[in-house]
Amino acid sequence: MNENPRNLHPATTVAAPGSRHLAWLLLPVAVLAAAILWLVQTDPLQGFNNGAPPVENLTIERMVLDQDGLRMLVRAGGSEPMTIAQVQVDAAYWQFAQEPAGAIARGHTAWISIPFPWVLGEAHNVTLVTNTGATFDHEIPVAVPTPTVSSGTLASQAILGAFVGILPVAVGLLCYPALRSAGRNTMTFLLAMTVGLLAFLLVDTTIEALEFAGEAAAVFQGSIMVVLVAAASFLALMAIGRRNGSPTGLALATYIALGIGLHNFGEGLAIGAAFTAGAAGLGTFLVLGFTLHNVTEGIGIAAPLLKMRPPLLSFVGLALLAGGPAVVGIWVGSLAFAPQWTAIALAIGAGAIAQVIVEVTALLSRGADERGGLGGLLGPAAFGGLAAGVGFMYVTAMLVKI
Amino acid sequence: MLKWAQAALSRRNLLLGGGAATIGATSICATRTVAQEGHGNHAAGAKPQGFAAPSHQTAHGAMITVGTVDNERNGFDPTKLLTDWYTGTVSTLPDGRRLRSFEIVAEEKEIEIAPGVMFPAWTYNGRVPGPAIRATEGDRLRIVFKNYGSHPHSMHFHGIHSARMDGIPGAGVVGPGEEFIYDFDAKPFGCHLYHCHALPLARHIHKGMYGMFVIDPDPARHPDNAEVAKSRLFGSPENAEWQEMAMIMNAFDTNFDGENEFYACNTIAHCYAKEPIKVVKNRPVRIYLVNVTEFDPINSFHLHANFFDYYDQGTTLTPTLKTVDLITQCQAQRGILEFSFKDHEPGAYMFHAHQSEFTELGWMGMFDVVEELA
Repeated sequence: MNENPRNLHPATTVAAPGSRHLAWLLLPVAVLAAAILWLVQTDPLQGFNNGAPPVENLTIERMVLDQDGLRMLVRAGGSEPMTIAQVQVDAAYWQFAQEPAGAIARGHTAWISIPFPWVLGEAHNVTLVTNTGATFDHEIPVAVPTPTVSSGTLASQAILGAFVGILPVAVGLLCYPALRSAGRNTMTFLLAMTVGLLAFLLVDTTIEALEFAGEAAAVFQGSIMVVLVAAASFLALMAIGRRNGSPTGLALATYIALGIGLHNFGEGLAIGAAFTAGAAGLGTFLVLGFTLHNVTEGIGIAAPLLKMRPPLLSFVGLALLAGGPAVVGIWVGSLAFAPQWTAIALAIGAGAIAQVIVEVTALLSRGADERGGLGGLLGPAAFGGLAAGVGFMYVTAMLVKI
Repeated sequence: MLKWAQAALSRRNLLLGGGAATIGATSICATRTVAQEGHGNHAAGAKPQGFAAPSHQTAHGAMITVGTVDNERNGFDPTKLLTDWYTGTVSTLPDGRRLRSFEIVAEEKEIEIAPGVMFPAWTYNGRVPGPAIRATEGDRLRIVFKNYGSHPHSMHFHGIHSARMDGIPGAGVVGPGEEFIYDFDAKPFGCHLYHCHALPLARHIHKGMYGMFVIDPDPARHPDNAEVAKSRLFGSPENAEWQEMAMIMNAFDTNFDGENEFYACNTIAHCYAKEPIKVVKNRPVRIYLVNVTEFDPINSFHLHANFFDYYDQGTTLTPTLKTVDLITQCQAQRGILEFSFKDHEPGAYMFHAHQSEFTELGWMGMFDVVEELA
């Protein structure tokens, strides 16, 4: 009497509705196709054509200065394909070559080469004039040759990257022996400090990612792209990290190093880009400021390791993982890449930092649990650590603000 | 933390930080030498691959607009504009005076003002500048003006006439589809202009509504300088000896930001640089020059390797400036330039505005001085 009539249906009918339902997908597809056909054939939107010129948008993504003059990568973002008719440099028309030639379709790019004798260390202004007479300006604030890949430049950039990325992490990790004797409260303090500095980096990285995204062509929808990439990076790393439960010890330290490494990669990109754009006046003071600013990163990486005795080699690995990407970032960044790539790199870093914040906080609360409840997490040691982490990062950041 | 990277991009910050010892600058130093060596060769190495410039264009290297303008689509050719005088239909009035009748229509037309750059112009008779009207001192002029545009327009002549014929709002500005007949005597002789005086004035002028208005002196009225007057009188044997040209210095603000993107002599940027004006060495040259450039206070004309006599507004038969190679004109100022290449060797002689910016934005050209026209 409890019998459900549906159970009486033969098993074969279970599969059949599936394919039948799929067939129904043809209906919306057919309606969409018909609508497009009608729109194209009869042009019912003609009434909106008020004689206004098409919307035009051009984004200059890369600018390369070399002995042949200027080369720039432009991306079209207009409502119709765009034609670059003439090119001015400093209010003078110059011959130029476009590759590929012709109109640039929406979202597509072309290289514009101008045989312009630019002046070292001075500013220039490039104006692209389209066939409708609209103009798009791009400033070269300080003209310097775009670095090319050579062993000399790679080496000097690597030294800079080592000072900015690897050295501070290594210095921080060298605190490890001294911190090993830390008591429970010091441990809590250090982990909370790690969370604090990571929180600073998360905000910093996110803002920078959004700024770079703002410079990118509109088709990339920069802000949404940053949020999506950061979320994807966060979720992916969370999923990987928690395959075997919450990461602790060396695994957690590795994730922290990875997050910081991705951040340093983005930082390296921006430093490299600054060289390309002519901000060569990177003084010793600035570089040391960066080093000091990043020292806490090493302490943060060391914090989860205090209760174990990892092999020495793993410290080398952690330092390279966290600091090495700064070197790679400077190399890549100096080649004048489009802003959306820097934004994506920074967004991945933001997601990775968010992941380690979650994991270190989880470790912190587990430690607190041992002493009963969340009281420890909200205790003076944890609060002090958080404040110290954020505060130290903020104050040392002042050293590198111009 | 990367703020410095963006902030440091301003020139001032670079200078402030310039004294600091640099670590990263090694990479810059390494490439600096290469760049500067390259600069020395720019003139030669600067040309894009596969671009073979005619010899007259090498004078300005790679600094020129790219491509050519479709004169047929525009409906006018800047080289032909130089000598395309509109003398009207001549008839005799009952009192025996000569009447010249002209027909001018205002129409909207998209024109190519530089290779590949289209400009939504307002034109007289479909061309910018409008027809170069030419009459003789004392003629009666009758200009039938029809407005086929979508805005009110007029013809305001720089000349002597009654208030009713002035072409300003209330006296000769006509609405779309309407017509007006400007009727007055041709005086004083000289090199003048006409332009639309509908409001807003700057927009109407800048969109292309202007043209030359030359009144030749009547030799009979100037016995003291009859020979000079005869040489100025269009169609006389004395005048035929001269190589006369009509040149209007104009400019176009293609993005409507109140600054010009293109400067030219007779509308098309670099037209006479790409197609130099043929000048026969032994015959004198007379240029009727008018400045209508909008937005900039003045324009100028500079002739290379030669000097000229200048008749400001053309209302005298003796030069107002002798032996100069540069004159300046504010908007609507105009004059006549007379010079000769008689003692020069044949070759390409440049002329341009001597505001370098105007030159580099299109207002430059060449005279191709030859022994004889082929």
